[in-house]
Amino acid sequence: MKIDWIVKLRHFLETTAFCLTIAGLHYAFRPDRAYEPPLVYSLLIGWTTWLIIDFGRLLLPSARENGWPTGLWGKIFPMVGIALGYGIGTTLADRWFGWSTWAEASQQQLFLSALLSAVIGIIITFYFYSARKSEVLTEKVDQATRLATEARLKLLEAQLEPHMLFNTLANLRMLIAIDAPRAQDMLDHIIAYLRATLSASRASSHPLQREFDRLHDYLELMTVRMGPRLRYTLDLPTELAQHSVPTLLLQPLVENSIQHGLEPKVEGGSLTISARCDGNTMVLEVVDTGLGFDPTDPSFTHPALPDKGFGVQQIRERLEAVYGSSGTIEFVAPHAGGTRATVRFPYQS
Amino acid sequence: MSTNAPTALIAEDEPLLAMALQIELARAWPALQIVASVGDGVSAVRQALALQPDVLFFDIRMPGMDGLEAAAELAEQWPQTGKAFPALVFVTAYDQYAVQAFEAQAVDYLLKPLQAPRLQKTIGKLQLALAKPAQSAINFEATLSQLRGLLGATGAVTGITPLTVIQASVGNSIRMVPVDDVLCFEAADKYVRVLTFDREYLIRTPLKELLDQLDTKVFWQIHRGTVVRALAIESVTRDEAGKTSVSLRGLKEKFTVSRLYAHLFKAM
Repeated sequence: MKIDWIVKLRHFLETTAFCLTIAGLHYAFRPDRAYEPPLVYSLLIGWTTWLIIDFGRLLLPSARENGWPTGLWGKIFPMVGIALGYGIGTTLADRWFGWSTWAEASQQQLFLSALLSAVIGIIITFYFYSARKSEVLTEKVDQATRLATEARLKLLEAQLEPHMLFNTLANLRMLIAIDAPRAQDMLDHIIAYLRATLSASRASSHPLQREFDRLHDYLELMTVRMGPRLRYTLDLPTELAQHSVPTLLLQPLVENSIQHGLEPKVEGGSLTISARCDGNTMVLEVVDTGLGFDPTDPSFTHPALPDKGFGVQQIRERLEAVYGSSGTIEFVAPHAGGTRATVRFPYQS
Repeated sequence: MSTNAPTALIAEDEPLLAMALQIELARAWPALQIVASVGDGVSAVRQALALQPDVLFFDIRMPGMDGLEAAAELAEQWPQTGKAFPALVFVTAYDQYAVQAFEAQAVDYLLKPLQAPRLQKTIGKLQLALAKPAQSAINFEATLSQLRGLLGATGAVTGITPLTVIQASVGNSIRMVPVDDVLCFEAADKYVRVLTFDREYLIRTPLKELLDQLDTKVFWQIHRGTVVRALAIESVTRDEAGKTSVSLRGLKEKFTVSRLYAHLFKAM
């Protein structure tokens, strides 16, 4: 276990400040008495209790995550720590002065001092506990925000991939010279594609028709680039066209199929994207006849591009966020070659 | 040698972009004759060997074999006698690492979409190089060294601690093989063979990844798929066809040295 000594030092100093305050108050109320005994008792009881609780809690298994034990132990442990701290601290202070509180003090005095220590101990422990709790909460919120931003950035980066962008523009530049109407047509697809990509991070869902329209834009661009090497079919039954779907859910799958399946294949191939309703389940499928992958191939388990698996993972997370366990994605590479990605989620009529 | 019109081969998988390059070249360098335009790396090597053009325009991302691999393969197979190795120009839309590597190795490259002034500059350099065919042997050596540099430039790998032990699975157990015992790593299909004095292991880590973690003074790459312990090399032989191979102490097998790495074995 790693101990953050800076934090421990801070806790030690905070405890010391508490003890000095208590001793100071004590002296302020009874200025006729010596200031030394309350100071020594307060410091020794405080330090011992701090040592026992601040280091002892590291040994409890339930404290591993957030630094404090949970459940029943969370309540018993500080009590035990305070009682032990009181006992040991008092004994140590007795040594210092050369007397014995246990033998000499009256029952009432003993009870009062124990009660006072317990109350102060609980207050200080609670202070440390809530400080740590709010720290953990802030950390969690920060992490969640960071993850969300990262995911959005990754999505944007993947979609506005410079290689895709510049190759597309190079194609467009050529078309302008040789076939202006086709160039205009291509530019329209580029505009729609860019608009959809940039707004996808704002809206969380849209009708299937829109999803298929955006795929159509992308695939038209790719057809200009790849020429006869790419053939595609989009199959969306009209009765499903208005069904809502998370924005650009299929886009990463289609891009995967092109980038890793069809583009690297010399003879190219075909891509089929379809939607169908299977009982109460909506089934969306992206099937390609590209290179496919071999799960035992090291170039797949050690991909050259670290974000190769990003598409599928990201879709899985989005499905889970919207549909819980009833949204699934299955990604397989049949022996015949190519890949087949199947997304399922509940059909809402 | 090229008293006739200079010739060129274009390897580009996107048909419109191949056409664009062809049109721009026709405009900026009318004398240049495009003898072939192919769409993948394997065809590029085959056609370049068959047609022996003066200039090659290779796209970096191509199906089958990428532009860099195709250039290395072509250098491997290029006939030693006869025509000089063509001048290479790589073409890319956007590859940060590739462009950095091109700059570092002083390799000529074009960015897509093509810009006329930049193309003009490249053409100027090519015409200058073609006018001095006497230097072809020196040029070939320079090209080999450039390709070596390009193939060796793998992204940004820094601060990787050298490998000390290879974990190879044998049946159900993992065998720990000290790197000090390894004589040779050889890529074989989807595996890498790890050869020691008395045993052979198969591991799945790609050779390229292993290379980044090996001390290049101790292990020499002698071929795209072969890395050997330098001190274990017993002899280096050259056959009549000009192929170089090495034999290692303790191993019966011989290992081919690729032309790209033949510079390691010059007599003192």
